Amino acid sequence: MGTSFGRGGATTFQQDLANSDCIVIQGSNMAECHPVGFQWVMEAKARGAKLIHVDPRFTRTSALADVHVPLRAGTDIAFLGGIVHYVLQQEQFFRDYLLAYTNAPMIVSEKFADTEDLDGVFSGLDPESRSYDVETWQYEGAEVQAASGKRDQHWQRRTHAGRGEAHGSGGAEIGTEPKRDETLQHPRCVFQILKRHYARYTPEAVEQICGVPQEKFLQVCELLSENSGRERTSAFAYAVGWTQHTVGVQYIRTAAILQTLLGNIGRPGGGILALRGHASIQGSTDIPTLYNLLPGYIPMRHAHSWEDLATFVQGEAAEKGYWGNMESYVVSLLKAWWGPHATPENEFCFDYLPRLTGSHSTYETVMEQLKGTCEGYFLLGENPAVGSANAKMQRLGMANLDWLVVRDFSLIESATWWKDGPEIETGELSTDDIKTEVFFLPAAAHTEKDGSFTNTQRLLQWHHQAVEPEGDARSDLWFIYHLGRRIREKLTAAAADGTQKDADRERDRPVRELTWDYPVKGELAEPDAEAVLAEINGWNADAEPLSSYEQLKADGSTACGCWIYCGVYADGINQAARRKPGTEQNWVAPEWAWAWPLNRRILYNRASADPDGKPWSERKAYIWWDAEQEKWTGHDIPDFKATKPPDFQPEEGAKGPDALRGTDAFVMQADGKAWLYVPAGLTDGPLPTHYEPQESPFPNLLYRQQRNPVRQMMKHENNRFQPSDGQTGSEVFPFVVTTYRLTEHHTAGGMSRWQPYLSELQPEMFCEVSPELATERGLEHLEWATIVTARTAIEARVLVTDRMPSLRVQGRTVHQVGLPYHWGPNGLSTGDAANELASLSLDPNTHIQEVKALTCDIRPGRRPRGPQRIELVREYQQRAGITDETGTEV
Amino acid sequence: MGVRQWIEGWPVLRQWSDGDPSGRGAAAKSRVSDELAPRTREADKVVKSICPYCAVGCGQNVYVKQDKVTQIEGDPDSPVSRGRLCPKGSASLQLTTGSARQHQVLYRRPHGTDWETLDLDTAMDMIADRVIASRERGWQWEADGQRARRTMGFASLGGATLDNEENYLIKKLFTALGAIQIENQARV
Repeated sequence: MGTSFGRGGATTFQQDLANSDCIVIQGSNMAECHPVGFQWVMEAKARGAKLIHVDPRFTRTSALADVHVPLRAGTDIAFLGGIVHYVLQQEQFFRDYLLAYTNAPMIVSEKFADTEDLDGVFSGLDPESRSYDVETWQYEGAEVQAASGKRDQHWQRRTHAGRGEAHGSGGAEIGTEPKRDETLQHPRCVFQILKRHYARYTPEAVEQICGVPQEKFLQVCELLSENSGRERTSAFAYAVGWTQHTVGVQYIRTAAILQTLLGNIGRPGGGILALRGHASIQGSTDIPTLYNLLPGYIPMRHAHSWEDLATFVQGEAAEKGYWGNMESYVVSLLKAWWGPHATPENEFCFDYLPRLTGSHSTYETVMEQLKGTCEGYFLLGENPAVGSANAKMQRLGMANLDWLVVRDFSLIESATWWKDGPEIETGELSTDDIKTEVFFLPAAAHTEKDGSFTNTQRLLQWHHQAVEPEGDARSDLWFIYHLGRRIREKLTAAAADGTQKDADRERDRPVRELTWDYPVKGELAEPDAEAVLAEINGWNADAEPLSSYEQLKADGSTACGCWIYCGVYADGINQAARRKPGTEQNWVAPEWAWAWPLNRRILYNRASADPDGKPWSERKAYIWWDAEQEKWTGHDIPDFKATKPPDFQPEEGAKGPDALRGTDAFVMQADGKAWLYVPAGLTDGPLPTHYEPQESPFPNLLYRQQRNPVRQMMKHENNRFQPSDGQTGSEVFPFVVTTYRLTEHHTAGGMSRWQPYLSELQPEMFCEVSPELATERGLEHLEWATIVTARTAIEARVLVTDRMPSLRVQGRTVHQVGLPYHWGPNGLSTGDAANELASLSLDPNTHIQEVKALTCDIRPGRRPRGPQRIELVREYQQRAGITDETGTEV
Repeated sequence: MGVRQWIEGWPVLRQWSDGDPSGRGAAAKSRVSDELAPRTREADKVVKSICPYCAVGCGQNVYVKQDKVTQIEGDPDSPVSRGRLCPKGSASLQLTTGSARQHQVLYRRPHGTDWETLDLDTAMDMIADRVIASRERGWQWEADGQRARRTMGFASLGGATLDNEENYLIKKLFTALGAIQIENQARV
């Protein structure tokens, strides 16, 4: 969503779903996974809205929907691409919206060649390095990002892998002002390219690829089209059913294209709602515990010799829009971290930032652990021994560490694998041989600490401490603060004793000079979370809290830990702790907590009005231009400069936000527009294209190119891939598997499998299969089944159910197996972990693994114990003829 | 208790005389259940909180009596959740006060076959020493011939279940130490 609209967050908020005329839930089982948020869908339905659920499985969400569309897992781009085709062909798009707020009229470079021209790949593919040179995807006359000309090809290649996601807040820079064709007729304008690209995504193709009958597909097309336009709006909700694929980002992009064509972004009842699964997963990307980002979606530095602060900013910032002020954001961050040590003379300690060389995601880290380079590991409230794809690789990585620190509530699998993990049972590891030193530190619960979570709608909500934690339990704030304090004391002592080498003193300076003087309170010396929030918010030279990122300066006079959160501590008040009851406010509830940016609840809401600033319709009025008061007004805070009139034209040579026209509603984008076509910022193509998953029983019906050519794969003897259709051995793994959550459990189970109530409600691992599959393989309801992939074999209780329908695809019947992924061997409720089955094949932009669509075999009975479990998998590998090359074709 | 009171207290009689023939209303109450009071009524204070499970962000009211959490319920004031909680959110009391929680630092020495206990202060000191040593061993002034100023010696995973303030300090400290392998659940 970052590349399409400008910010990597939900464009709307849950309550506003009630205003939708049609809601499509796809890649999510909202009624079961986000049940309390689902009340707003029900509210919409009670007001007459249509509800569509697109999902391989019939769930409670489907039960409440007007239409349930079962489709083959891993084919959503074909399905959504088919709707895009329908909307374009039937001219159901919102033309005025399209011309005003999107890049439909922009002309693309002559050098660009589409998948239509190249049978499934885009121009610029280098099969050797498995990457695209994105230069040919640009707008006509524009240049690649960083027009400085200093970026050599080698550097581009080397840094490529880490960059796809760096635009969570703002599309990439595009260079000069693009050329437009208002008639949308130019053969190289985005609109025409889009038409050609999706021409082959016909209802027939959708039927053949997804297994969705044409009538059902057309019903969805009609419902969406009828409920979009001036008078009506439709919303999309998705979850990890979309992200966890080798083309995950492009799934979401397809929905973004569709919602843009229909004119549903920035308007009440419209938008795309990303439904996230952890209390603060949005927060942990905004303030990223992610390798490739700094707070507020500022990219991390990459290693190259010539770069200083100025060229970094020149390379990463945009000429136009709010990324034009990037230098202020970066300098203010450096001031927040290194305070008085950050000066203009030393480029505000810019050199203190460590540099990346390629991708360093969690899966690369496992490889580094296996190599022995990474010898220490912190697990802070995460359970990779159950939750990560190919969990065995995670455990083998941990078994090769010198030390491991696990902070959690209970003894999760990631803390105990060295004595009771699956590899101990199979004999692959022996406890005596494992050198890893393990520290288990009990964590404090949310009731035992102050702090803020950022929910799925970008809302920062403060939770107050109710009681002190017991025993050794501490907050992570306490842990990190005191760990940092001790490390600083030790390094300061080393620097003072006079024997330290100059290079080592220099190495330690960023730590010794770090601002780390947070006030502590109580007997436990708990750091004051509000003091940390105040630093995140930022202050000016007089130490007064800032109220907006527009106040940030590049001269070092302001400090701000995360520019998009600036304003959360405006006036020295914790805005995230505001709790004016919802019943005393309008439905936007602006005085309940605080949303980034600047408490705006629907993003890009300038687009809720027409180019002249009038609501598109009375029914869908949200933000409008008040000519008398000369400002934008309405139900929400305008996501636009409040006093910029609709007819504003920037002066020649204007930069940053000043270069935005009165109609440039997408203020983070380098051209102020929603991007149907992404000229820069993605690694695997400017337009979503249907590829089969890494492992699929079917050929790609649309192109000769079977899979995403630039998907990321980890080659390892414990991470073998399976053959796909057309390759010998593919018949060994004939069924499609998908994984999912249940209402009663949470992610890898660390917060649910130890709870008696929840364990009683969902006591055991199971698999869902259709009656047809059960008959075919002799599976009996409530008995055991073993599910096998090239990685491992797991067992589960069999649930024979019509909820997991078999589908007709390309003239064949395909059976799908559904697996909840919450279980592991520890806790009150136990079972094998579904993610053991998956391979490490990743989306090249986000480095997220494909666990929502893979292939398997299923057989009756429990899995073998001990070394025989490995034997079984080896036998399957041999039967399928699997080598280290299988499945790694471009 | 007199005979009259005893007879009138007989549930079968009350069912009919109180107009509750199916016995699912007031007639079902015994004297004990009639006198029960909710834990929430006896709380010393109610603390405003947010559910720690998924990202819907339901409001929670945390009831505290004598410095113990006695009940957690949905917060009707929240415009997001309007007082509702799902089964997980409703189990927050068990999550936070249940017997499954560990309250003791545990240590497994290299090649050890079981846990030992360790005092928190010692553990913190040992961890600080290990971070310093691994950071040094994995230090790279250069990578691929370019200045890198980083360490590959240690990594961190986790954050999506933590507070923003916690993630901020993790990113700040580890980046200052030169670590780049910092990740969380957004990747999985």
